[in-house]
Amino acid sequence: MNKTQILKLLPYDKPFLFVDKIVKVDDSGIIGKYTFTEDEFFYPGHFKNNPITPGVILTECMAQIGLACLGLFLIRDWVKDKAPNVAMTSNDIHYYKPVLPKETVVVTATKEYFRFNKLKCAVTMTNESNEIVAKGTVSGMVIK
Amino acid sequence: MTQEQLLQKLKVIITPYVQNETALQNLSEDTDFIKDLEINSANLVDVVLDVEDEFDVVIENEDMEKMLTVKASLDVIQSKLNEK
Repeated sequence: MNKTQILKLLPYDKPFLFVDKIVKVDDSGIIGKYTFTEDEFFYPGHFKNNPITPGVILTECMAQIGLACLGLFLIRDWVKDKAPNVAMTSNDIHYYKPVLPKETVVVTATKEYFRFNKLKCAVTMTNESNEIVAKGTVSGMVIK
Repeated sequence: MTQEQLLQKLKVIITPYVQNETALQNLSEDTDFIKDLEINSANLVDVVLDVEDEFDVVIENEDMEKMLTVKASLDVIQSKLNEK
């Protein structure tokens, strides 16, 4: 399965798709990118007259890249043309810098384990200045 | 290792993942991890991984599928220990 196929299979769509590009993927991890556009649906409310990307959205972005994209790659042998149902089951993320509209973030995820349909990854999100904006772990499951 | 020692070790492993404290206090061989202890499926994987670490055994997919009750888990652990 190549990077384009993974993106095509993702079960998300606008306004809740937070992956633009997969830079690199293999059995041990993944690197992906996303640029937050000025018109993301949450900016008018978070915060009033002061748009900052919510932490939950940063976590979602890390989960879409580190769990969904990497997970699809890991189960490539039995995925055909439709992604199975997936669920984030836990996360532990710390946030270090704000992410503003038009910023591009890079998510690097390293597999800790993928066993019994549960994927756990260590994830780091960096900004264009290569500063860490968020870091921690995410876990999810393939629901059969 | 006696069955009682195994049970005690298993109880220590499952405790952090249990949602139903009363069921944990009344733990018996018939206790069901999901129905009684209300452990979710993701944490059930953690239980199995912790079992592997604690007893230094490898649990296969088919073993994992059986490990839904205390009794079934003890049986799997005991048989893995016997293979060593």
